[in-house]
Amino acid sequence: MSADFLYGIEVVINGLMAGVMYALVALGFVLIFKASGIFNFAQGVMALFAALTLVGIMEGQIPFAHLINATFGTEIHHFGWHVPALLAIAMTVGVMVLFAWAVQRFLFRHLVGQEPIILFMATIGLAYFLEGVGDLMWGSDIKTLALGLPQGGARWIEDATAGLGGDDFYGFFIDKLDIVATGVAIVLVTGLILFSQYTKHGRAMRAVADDHQAALSVGISLNFIWILVWSLAGFVALVAGIMWGAKSGVQFSLSLIALKALPVLMLGGFTSIPGAIVGGLIIGVGEKLFEYLIGPMVGGATENWFAYVLALLFLVFRPQGLFGEKIIERV
Amino acid sequence: MLYREAGDFKTSYVADSQTFPIAFDRYRYWVVLAVAFLVVPFFITDYTANALLLPFLIYSIAAIGLNILTGYAGQVSLGTGGFMAVGAYACYKLMTAFPDVNILIHVILAGGITAAVGTAFGLPSLRIKGFYLAVATLAAQFFLVWLFNKVSWFYNYSASGQINAPERTVLGVAVTGPNTPAWASYLVCLVFVTACALIARNLTRGALGRQWMAIRDMDIAAEIIGVNPLKAKLTAFAVSSFFVGISGALFFAVYLGAVEVGEAFGINKSFLVLFMIIIGGLGSIFGAFAGAAFLVCLPVVLKLIGVDLLGWPTDLVAHFQLVIVGLLIMFFLVKEPHGLAQLWRLAKEKLRLWPFPH
Repeated sequence: MSADFLYGIEVVINGLMAGVMYALVALGFVLIFKASGIFNFAQGVMALFAALTLVGIMEGQIPFAHLINATFGTEIHHFGWHVPALLAIAMTVGVMVLFAWAVQRFLFRHLVGQEPIILFMATIGLAYFLEGVGDLMWGSDIKTLALGLPQGGARWIEDATAGLGGDDFYGFFIDKLDIVATGVAIVLVTGLILFSQYTKHGRAMRAVADDHQAALSVGISLNFIWILVWSLAGFVALVAGIMWGAKSGVQFSLSLIALKALPVLMLGGFTSIPGAIVGGLIIGVGEKLFEYLIGPMVGGATENWFAYVLALLFLVFRPQGLFGEKIIERV
Repeated sequence: MLYREAGDFKTSYVADSQTFPIAFDRYRYWVVLAVAFLVVPFFITDYTANALLLPFLIYSIAAIGLNILTGYAGQVSLGTGGFMAVGAYACYKLMTAFPDVNILIHVILAGGITAAVGTAFGLPSLRIKGFYLAVATLAAQFFLVWLFNKVSWFYNYSASGQINAPERTVLGVAVTGPNTPAWASYLVCLVFVTACALIARNLTRGALGRQWMAIRDMDIAAEIIGVNPLKAKLTAFAVSSFFVGISGALFFAVYLGAVEVGEAFGINKSFLVLFMIIIGGLGSIFGAFAGAAFLVCLPVVLKLIGVDLLGWPTDLVAHFQLVIVGLLIMFFLVKEPHGLAQLWRLAKEKLRLWPFPH
């Protein structure tokens, strides 16, 4: 096999891995959209906030230290302890549940029955608010997430595949972190599917997704389900935040991956969990291949927009996405 | 007591269907225009022009444009920043290619070019709706910014990748470039704002505006009663992009003078203009002004309070600004989904009955 062809395969594999990362973010969107019809723009900021909180708790940072210092002229930064990773993750999940409750109690309870676009704009407001709060609480500097996740290329894959090509080929370069992320994503999706198929609350969640009023009439508490869904989305955001944070540091740009998850959702359909995965893979492979094949001809950095244009072209032919429910409109 | 219809008799259809049916509103409108044109230019300083008035006027045009698309025609767009960039770069190319032509014509032409680009990106709206469309407009945002970054023809092969507005004059007074007096740039923007607001107001209450609103309220029903969705949606995109393009051109040529596309016309600009029309009020020309004024003043006021009064570092104030903008958006959506414009309407209703509300 020629080296070019093999490098093409490497690009595809790396694209698949990147796609998994996109799918992780997209999952949170789908969860909330299915259960409450809210298109949660804040999902990316939730990932950022969760990762910031995790780092902050682990490092023993004092929340709002910067603000307190500026107001009272004190010089405090850290409590002086370090929290073990698992405990910190549990505490962060707690924070996200609290956040889910607050969002439900103070925002969306008052917006029941509003048009979807109003709800969408409310989540944009929520995104700004959460971003500001995250910065105020933990500071806006770039933080490293020291969870001990493996980094760098997987040497053994490189060595094992080096013999495939000619002299120009040095084996597939695959980031270890991406492999971990793939494993985590598989576990997460399996867990979510099991949860929604076999547990009481999971079934209630699907019932709400099918029909709010019918679910209400058989005694399911919408309020509880929505808090549950937002908490789940917060948990997914935390996982995504950990993975992306380990990859590129916990910083503001983390919230922008939400934008990258949007074309994934459009491709896969807003209402389908498998759609989020498949959409993520298609986008990941598509943009990496495009950058590899066409990118050099047009000046590179096509990854910024390729996903959107791909999704746009795709939607013109299939407006509900790959796996989305058919859009039926009645007058 | 002054603010009511009583005694203000209409004797013709034209008088009956005018924009301001109440005499007090008409006088107020003329007073505002007179103050803006005849008083403000004599008191304007560089600081008030650059920090408050110019951004307010320019964002007002963009907000009117987006309001036509989102508020009147119901098509959510997140590509405003990209379309502003088209206006700015079109204006730059025209300014450098035809230096003898008046800058005002260039700005209008830039609006026209943006309208064409906007219509092209509006084509998918015929197939896709709602969120899907909102995300689709992100394609325009990212693609256009990338294009202006990568293709050096757009910035005349300059080494920095920036575009700089050369000096151009109107009636012998410089309106672009570093030697522009504050009042001149203010007046140029004001003329465009007034013209745009007039055009938008009259478009939205005419046949075209009614078609847009029919499409917004329910597109299938609108189609059944004879509204052509192709025409309605594409004209909404075209008119909206025209205004947004003009605001982009002014933003670059008159306000900033030098622009780097990713920084000046990034996704944040799209959101900023969207927030303006949410806070101001969807589907209202006054709302576009109110929202623009609000979001232009907010950082200035916060900076005054935070940095100058409380002595906080600027980054802290910037974070607070995010929190407050987010809170305000949520607050408005919960309390008053129709924005400042609705508060204004309510105030006017109350005023009509004052001081005898029963």
